[in-house]
Amino acid sequence: MLSFYVHIPYCIKRCGYCDFNTYTPNELQDGASLEIVSNDYIDAVLLELDAAPLDEVPTIFFGGGTPSLLPAKDLGRVIAAIKARNGITADCEITLEANPDSVTEEKLQGYLEAGFNRISFGMQSAQPHVLAVLDRTHNPANVKRAVDMARAAGFKSISVDLIYGTPGESLEDCRATVTEALSLDIDHISAYALIVETGTKLAAQIKRGDLTMPIDDLMADMYLLVDQMCNQAGLNWYELSNWAKPGHECQHNIAYWKSANWWGLGPGAHSHVDKKRFWNVKHPTAYKQKLFAKESPVAESENLTDEQLRDEAIMLAIRMRTGLALSSLSKQGQDNLQAYVATGHVEILDSQIQLTAQGRLIADRLVREALG
Amino acid sequence: MPAISLAKAPQPAATNPAQIRNFCIIAHIDHGKSTLADRMLGITEVVDARNMRAQYLDRMDIERERGITIKSQAVRLPWRSGIDGQEYILNMIDTPGHVDFTYEVSRSLAACEGAVLLVDCAQGIEAQTLANLYLAMENNLTIIPVLNKIDLPNAQPDKFAAELARLIGCQPEDCLRVSGKTGDGVAELLDQIVAQIPAPVGDANAPARALIFDSVYDSYRGVVTYIRVIDGRINPREQIQMFSTGVRHEALEVGVISPEPVPSKGLGVGEVGYLITGVKDVRQSRVGDTVTNYQNPTKAPLAGYKDPKPMVFSGLFPLDGADFPLLRDALDKLQLNDAALVYEPESSAALGFGFRCGFLGLLHMEIVRERLERESGISLISTAPNVVYRVTLEDGKEFVVTNPSEFPDGKINSVKEPIVKCTILAPSEYIGTIMELCQERRGTMQGMDYISEDRVEIRYTLPLAEIVFDFFDQLKSRTKGYASLDYEELGDEEGNLVKVDILLQGEAVDAFSAIVHRDKAYSYGVMMTGKLRELIPRQQFEVPIQAAIGSRIIARESIRAIRKDVLAKCYGGDISRKRKLLEKQKEGKKRMKMVGRVEVPQEAFVAALATDADIEKIKAARKQD
Repeated sequence: MLSFYVHIPYCIKRCGYCDFNTYTPNELQDGASLEIVSNDYIDAVLLELDAAPLDEVPTIFFGGGTPSLLPAKDLGRVIAAIKARNGITADCEITLEANPDSVTEEKLQGYLEAGFNRISFGMQSAQPHVLAVLDRTHNPANVKRAVDMARAAGFKSISVDLIYGTPGESLEDCRATVTEALSLDIDHISAYALIVETGTKLAAQIKRGDLTMPIDDLMADMYLLVDQMCNQAGLNWYELSNWAKPGHECQHNIAYWKSANWWGLGPGAHSHVDKKRFWNVKHPTAYKQKLFAKESPVAESENLTDEQLRDEAIMLAIRMRTGLALSSLSKQGQDNLQAYVATGHVEILDSQIQLTAQGRLIADRLVREALG
Repeated sequence: MPAISLAKAPQPAATNPAQIRNFCIIAHIDHGKSTLADRMLGITEVVDARNMRAQYLDRMDIERERGITIKSQAVRLPWRSGIDGQEYILNMIDTPGHVDFTYEVSRSLAACEGAVLLVDCAQGIEAQTLANLYLAMENNLTIIPVLNKIDLPNAQPDKFAAELARLIGCQPEDCLRVSGKTGDGVAELLDQIVAQIPAPVGDANAPARALIFDSVYDSYRGVVTYIRVIDGRINPREQIQMFSTGVRHEALEVGVISPEPVPSKGLGVGEVGYLITGVKDVRQSRVGDTVTNYQNPTKAPLAGYKDPKPMVFSGLFPLDGADFPLLRDALDKLQLNDAALVYEPESSAALGFGFRCGFLGLLHMEIVRERLERESGISLISTAPNVVYRVTLEDGKEFVVTNPSEFPDGKINSVKEPIVKCTILAPSEYIGTIMELCQERRGTMQGMDYISEDRVEIRYTLPLAEIVFDFFDQLKSRTKGYASLDYEELGDEEGNLVKVDILLQGEAVDAFSAIVHRDKAYSYGVMMTGKLRELIPRQQFEVPIQAAIGSRIIARESIRAIRKDVLAKCYGGDISRKRKLLEKQKEGKKRMKMVGRVEVPQEAFVAALATDADIEKIKAARKQD
């Protein structure tokens, strides 16, 4: 099996907190439109695809950037090519990340026809003042409209992404956002604590003192609130930052967390095939140049040692509800984690280690403990 | 021309004692002693202008930089008197100028018949100079008062001449006025040394007796011992014996310093010079001991010998535990040159392996630490200085405690601590400030005298423990640097002292235990628990930090449990990045110290113990990494 990630490195505007590998058309070429900068992008992606193994494909995920900026027919070329050369499973999950502002009934219909069956909207918050700090342009009301349109068009699985812990966001703001999200006709929520990445506009604003990050305790309370509200609404946690109705868990992301094989197409995209990780050159122009010159776009790669594979497997599995077999840990690691049972961070059921909500909040520490 | 060429001057072992004058210079740091000595070397032509360098006699960098002469030396200066035209040999014995080295000063003084009391006439006499002056007067030395730096625009020679006259009981006009910088008055001073200071007296035919007033380790020659011959003669190739240890050595080389070592045929009555026996450790050649001839030994050693006695103890730990063997080597090496330094291995749960070291006093401690760091390149952290306590339990058992960890459990009958007699000289406007400081530090006032119209001498008795903490820094900062301090031991006194432990989650952290006065236990506890609360990272459980006397808690803080330690996102590209971070953290975990279940980065312990100066050093070291 081989999952595919397809990176679409374009946005109309860069949000203040974002450090993803994405570019506005203007950044790539003065005064150019999206059509101009992206016109041969899919050609380059299809050239890269030639190098991928031919295993059958259980999931495809289009992320970005803003994949929904590109027309369905462009994205559809990639899906069609994968189908043709690898074949896809009968229940293959094909996800589109979408901006609620940039979808129309017509476009959504097109995506469905191109093969998409799951859509994930960047909602982030229901509170205008929070969205303003995040530099998001969408009107909160558009999210409901977009979700309803997607459902009407026939998407089987609909998700929203939320961000909590934005400067100026209160616990009540967070509650209002989750309440609003849960009132939508959705099957899945991803909720992430805001991370201030160096080099972003947000980082500069914080450094200058214009904005202040909430303290960790408030972030923790927000996480517990999201978890509690989602679980009560029938969206169960299945990974640290993800909640879903039964059967709607994101299979693509689960592939990451289970250390499955996947191939990332596009600039800066990472791949993992067997014991090797590799990633492409970051800039879209460099990426295109390499491929059109018949060169490999891979920038760097690493062959994982058994110890690294084991560490990664523990680091990823511990984040999931399915948890970690006690027997997969060293004696020291087992003893270390046992100590967290009493503190309410860890549960051990049938020799399987699972994190409680409190434990998920300190998952990175628990990973260090688990590794002994 | 009063100088005599070296070749024509009276030679060692063949100089009539009547032609010899032995003197030292008593002065405070910065009052210009080294510059005056340089000028004397120049004017007597033992160093020619081409080879002259500033502070010629101060050998070690550290001395030159800090303006402190730690090791005294003796220089043989030939001089033709401008008064009687006769040839003389002047032996200038350099004395250490700091409070910690009173014993060494007293031995230097014992090697002389006279002393030049050198005072900067822009500053006036300082407390340590006064203490050394009294020491010289007790030794019946002839005192020649000299005002230095008369070339300075702010010099007040008349004012300070009156001050010196009052202190030593002479007339203000008896004070000589010189400038070490320009050389003004230096020849006259040398003439007055000849005229006023008595020649040494001794029995050339008696069994040899020589006083060791210094010994220095030299990596090529072994220990170089500085001696003053009282009776008889010390000759090369003869067997000599150290009186206190009874150890016998061969005198491989005997000579004088002028100002580089020059071997001689021997040293006769009243002469000052050096002796090399090939021993490698200054503890075998102790300051104050008597050297005699092995075949024809004296029966009566010279009076005044004392074993060096450490007064202040502190733990020294390498910041990087891997440097422990290096630290041991560095201490072993330093001890070759420092008979007063004692140390033994110590292990601390918080700081790892290090050494418990004993010092003569605070300055000695600072110098040792600085030399260790400089000469071995090891970054060190030291625990709070500790004096020697004598603890008696109700059952009569007695303990000598130099480390809070040795403080006995059980019912305590009494704790005795060392008390010092403290002399402070300062402008009279600071009397109130100084009394306030001494009062805060459990001082008892003994008296006060005006030494001139606007300068006072204030006398207090204080527990030594109060002084070793930050008394000197406080005194300096509260008097804008004008006050000077000297102290001497006065014995032990019972104090209301307790041991305060600092507990992390119920476990005592050895490095932070302290013996303090009961009235100050609470503030120490509050200060330390507060500091640690800021420095120790949050753990997965709440960590109480307590200060306790025995089982009684006197202060409490807590580090709240950590709530969040997770990166919310972990998708394709994040995995490598996250794993690399994890690998880094695994390395970091190895450097964590465990106190019970509490994980503490060593940096936190270091920061809690560090002074501001330490923190600067640590930062500088980090930058280099």
